[in-house]
This record gives sequence, structure tokens and C-alpha cells, in this order.
Amino acid sequence: MSGPNLPAYLVIAGMLFAIGAFGVLIRRSPLIILLSLEIMLNGANLALIAFSRHTGTERGQIFALAVMAVAASEVVVGLGLIVAMARRRLVLDVDRLTTLRG
Amino acid sequence: MSAEDVLVWIVWVAAAFACLGSGIAVVSFSNPFYSALSLIGNLGSLAVLYLLLSAEFVAAAQVLIYAGSVMVMFLFVIAYLGGRADTPWAGGPSWQAFAAVLAAGALLAEIVLAIGLKAGGRLATQADVSSAFGNPSVIGRVFLQDDLLAFEVISIVLLVAAVGGVILGTKPQAGGGIDEPAWTSSGSEERM
Repeated sequence: MSGPNLPAYLVIAGMLFAIGAFGVLIRRSPLIILLSLEIMLNGANLALIAFSRHTGTERGQIFALAVMAVAASEVVVGLGLIVAMARRRLVLDVDRLTTLRG
Repeated sequence: MSAEDVLVWIVWVAAAFACLGSGIAVVSFSNPFYSALSLIGNLGSLAVLYLLLSAEFVAAAQVLIYAGSVMVMFLFVIAYLGGRADTPWAGGPSWQAFAAVLAAGALLAEIVLAIGLKAGGRLATQADVSSAFGNPSVIGRVFLQDDLLAFEVISIVLLVAAVGGVILGTKPQAGGGIDEPAWTSSGSEERM
């Protein structure tokens, strides 16, 4: 089974990463920033798996699985922080959350 | 070009456009609930791309872990917080939006240029792999024999994240080290 070569996948991965970075920069809700971070991590994952197929070794897929585990833990901690912020009645807007003391 | 190749190309183009389109939808919806739903579409189309790269196990894990559990957690939190909208597009483009477009475009150009200049000629030839490439038994052997240290480190990371989630989620103790406002010990906690 043949299909597109590595450069096509890398362009898609780079565009996903750029879309995610744009979302992190432009959005103010911490929830959407976390969602955009997931897009960035998935762009990196796609590049890892494309390189893994390109070189014919499975190590890239192991790396992608590790990235997925790290993304899951990041979501746990990030959502815990957002819920803690909401319980303290803070405004969920990263432009207005400027002090460290809650 | 055989019929199978044409089919693979059609699936690839559809998955790539779905992937990019849903990514843009995640960033541009003002309702967080719709953003999370578009991210599920994004993860699903990425799983299709992983299947085309013969990474069957990673595709299955992507659907199970990401589109299953992580996104359910996201949707729960969004439902709990009431899905408050932020409207980044209201009031026309600001200097912030302009700068964000510029920064994201610079990032994309940097990635493409760096890879293209460094490895442009060597990217076209793809290695031949057997049909066993990327199936669960091969992944399991690599993960639990050659890369066992990475496996153990991942388990510690997940444990620390779970403990951190519990600590962040528990009710603050009355009279504890941090001075809490009065409302944290009364009615507002009952919803949790």
C-alpha cells in the first residue's frame, strides 16, 4: 500500500502545530488554550509517526505513545487548575489572571 | 497508478482536510463545547492518518485514550463550568490577532524551511516495511524490552499527575495553611 510520502505528512503536521500555536496565542479562555495545546501535541505526534514509517523503525511510535501519556497527565493537571480557579470565583480569562495569589 | 493507490490518496486527502478543518474549528468556535466536539473530529481524522502510516496500535490508542477518556473529561469540565463563551473575533481584528497570525505563520515557515533545507533530498525514499510493522505485538516487544525505562518513566509521570489531580480537586481544609475566603467552606462546594 503506497500513499503520500513523508513531506506531505510533515506539511500537515506543521500546519496543525501552527494552528494550535495560533489558538494558544489568540484565545483567552484557559479551556480553549488547553484544547489548542492538544492540537500542537498531535501535530508533533503525526510528525513522529510519519518519520517512524519513513525510517521503518518502531521507535517513533513509542515516542508518540509517550507524548500521548504526557498529554493525558497535562490535561488532568490543567483541568484541575481550571476547576480550582472556578471554585475560587476567578474570571476564566488569561488576560485578567495576572496575579499569582488567588 | 493502481486503483488501490487512488483509494489511498482519496482517503488521505479527506483525512488531511478534515484534520486541518476541525483544527481551525477548534480555534475559532466561541463556544467551548463546540470546540471540544471539533477536537474529537480532529483526533479521529488523525487516527485515520496513523492507519495510513501503518501505525495500527497508535491509532487505536489515539481513539481510546484521546477521543475516549481525555475528551470525556474535557466535556465534563466544560459542562460543569457552564461553557462560558469568550469572543475573540468581536470588534474586528485587533493588534493581538494580527500578531498571533504573524507568529503562527512564522512558526510554520520556520518548521517547513528547517526540515526542507536540512533534509530536502532524503525525504522522498521511504523504507520498505513488513506487514507486521506497528502491530501490537511488535510495539509491545519494543516498549517492554528495548524501551523499558521509558515505560517506567511514563508510569511515574501518570502517577504524579493522578496525585496532583487529587490534590487540586480536594476541598481545602478549614484552618489549613492557606487562608481561604469564607465562601469556600460553605454552600458553593456542594456541587463538586
